[in-house]
Amino acid sequence: MTLLEVSELKTWFETPAGTVKAVDGVSFSLAKGEIIGLVGESGSGKSITGFSILGLVDPPGKVVGGSIRFNGEDLRAASEERLRALRGDRIAMIFQDPMMTLNPVLSIGTQMVETVQAHRRMSRADARAKARDALGRVGIPRPEERLDAYPHEFSGGMRQRVAIATALLHEPDLIIADEPTTALDVTIQSQILSEVQGLAAEMGMGLIWISHDLGVVAGLADRIAVMYAGRIVEEGPRDDVLDAPRHPYTSGLVASAPIANERGKPLRQIRGSAPSALHRPEGCAFRPRCDHAGDLCLNDVPETCATPRRWRCFYPMGSS
Amino acid sequence: MFVHNLASPSQVGQGGLTRRWREHVTETEYRARRAMTTFVIRRLMQAVMVLFATSLIVFVAVYAIGDPLEILLPSDASETEKAQVARSLGLDLPLPVQYGRFLWAALHGDFGNSFVYNQPAMTVIFERLPATLELTITALLMSLLIGLPMGLWAGNRPGTMVDESIMTGSILGFSLPNFWQGMMLIMIFAVWLGWLPSTGRGEPGTIFGITTSFASWDGIRHLILPAINLSLGNMAVIIRLTRTGVQETLPLDFVKYARARGLSERRILMVHVMKIILIPIVTVIGIEFGTLVAFAVVTETIFAWPGVGKLIIDSISALDRPVVVAYILVMVTLFIAINLAVDVAYSLLDPRIRSRAT
Repeated sequence: MTLLEVSELKTWFETPAGTVKAVDGVSFSLAKGEIIGLVGESGSGKSITGFSILGLVDPPGKVVGGSIRFNGEDLRAASEERLRALRGDRIAMIFQDPMMTLNPVLSIGTQMVETVQAHRRMSRADARAKARDALGRVGIPRPEERLDAYPHEFSGGMRQRVAIATALLHEPDLIIADEPTTALDVTIQSQILSEVQGLAAEMGMGLIWISHDLGVVAGLADRIAVMYAGRIVEEGPRDDVLDAPRHPYTSGLVASAPIANERGKPLRQIRGSAPSALHRPEGCAFRPRCDHAGDLCLNDVPETCATPRRWRCFYPMGSS
Repeated sequence: MFVHNLASPSQVGQGGLTRRWREHVTETEYRARRAMTTFVIRRLMQAVMVLFATSLIVFVAVYAIGDPLEILLPSDASETEKAQVARSLGLDLPLPVQYGRFLWAALHGDFGNSFVYNQPAMTVIFERLPATLELTITALLMSLLIGLPMGLWAGNRPGTMVDESIMTGSILGFSLPNFWQGMMLIMIFAVWLGWLPSTGRGEPGTIFGITTSFASWDGIRHLILPAINLSLGNMAVIIRLTRTGVQETLPLDFVKYARARGLSERRILMVHVMKIILIPIVTVIGIEFGTLVAFAVVTETIFAWPGVGKLIIDSISALDRPVVVAYILVMVTLFIAINLAVDVAYSLLDPRIRSRAT
């Protein structure tokens, strides 16, 4: 059953220098209990896609087109109060740096209890018990005591566990995780990844995992969507995308992962850098960096659908 | 499945991790307490040094201004009379000896008798201090109770009409000269409208054995105008500080995260943002409170408020050294106490400072 359906989402920022089309026609859907990895480099619009779903795009940004349906409900038409009720309850979000996202002057307990009480009529003591159980579930030792601690008294990994526990408080249907492991050590990162994977499966939650790291997503996601310059350039089941990428950009990403490179050889990379969001090339935005570009690439690229995969390229890889 | 990856709480408990952690905490707590004691002792020693230095400076300064005898005695007083009064007040001795005698007596709690009132200087000051404190505390509370909500309101709606009006008003608040503002208040509310009295303290009532303006309607009526006059400048500062604080805090990630957790805007503003911006505001309140007490002089003069501000002006013109020195020492003590209170408030407001005290 479809949990989330995003279609032709457009989130633009009106700036004095011009319109920044951060998200420019993104479509994807997510089933209950499914994990989708949203991959792309900085500025590709992956985080803005996440914020757009929650209705949390900061001005001057604005969702200007497309639709977002969550459990059949049109979120773009939803009132601010309805969105507030959904946030943290049915849709939870985990941010990149929990040092910046937890309020430094409020205790962990206060911040978890208020999240409980924002959505349920519940006594402080009951809310606290719920918070304590959530901390225990993500492997924080002695959760009762730790509720009284402040964010700076936790290590980075523990703070991120607190954020995950907070996201899990109401057993949401969907979690949007925006690079939640980027700021962590590799060992902590893999612990957290496997925890989240386990919890998502256990609770049947849909998960959107936003990352710039294909390696992280590879071990976690059921499906992978690769974003470039505000669009999804390729999407499909994880193994298909990783083993036989169609879009040259995906192919470049896969090839430049250090693990895919031969030892001692210089690391492979995608030449050039991402275009400025204000001046994107005509036609395919990846054209100037692409080795396979041809005359057609000056035109707007239509989406090619070959269920369960789709891509936006005139000269896809793996076809002659 | 993840449970297997991690040591479960009970496993950790048996291992060394928890034990080490516990030792760490006790060690931290121990260090925190020791640091707190050192901090208080150091603060007290600093306070004593400051009091000593100010008393010396003020003592010498007042001596340098002029001879109190010229003012105290009628101009036709004879030389013998002068010598007699000088001897009785101890003014015939060399300055270091005078200071030494003052210091010795001060250490025993005696700050000398006022030359003018012929009463202990401290008694003279403490008779008038309640009137000033009443005025300043009212002014401070008014500036907070009005300034904070207005600053929050303006900061939450930048660029709107409300914001523009509040900001323009606050510029007037601290750029209008205090004395002019006071006279305008008197003109409008006392002369034209005739709503409120313009001078004196009225008939203060008594509550729990303390005589205070708060206890009688007449007292409160007399308090309103001078308190407004004293609070306006401070209110403007609080408004601007709060507005800036709100505008700097709202774009921070933790506000977005709070929204993502479904908290109401009200809770975000009144709890999350408020607790952050209270830290600079408390600092300013501390400074302002001292300033209000010390600079209530202008307001007290305009509204003929019988407080210490008026007393100190009179005492300086009369070269009443014991009162001037005692007044300065009382003010210095007040400032030191406020600073200490501000530091304590910091650590209550910001847990990061609490643990950094180690």
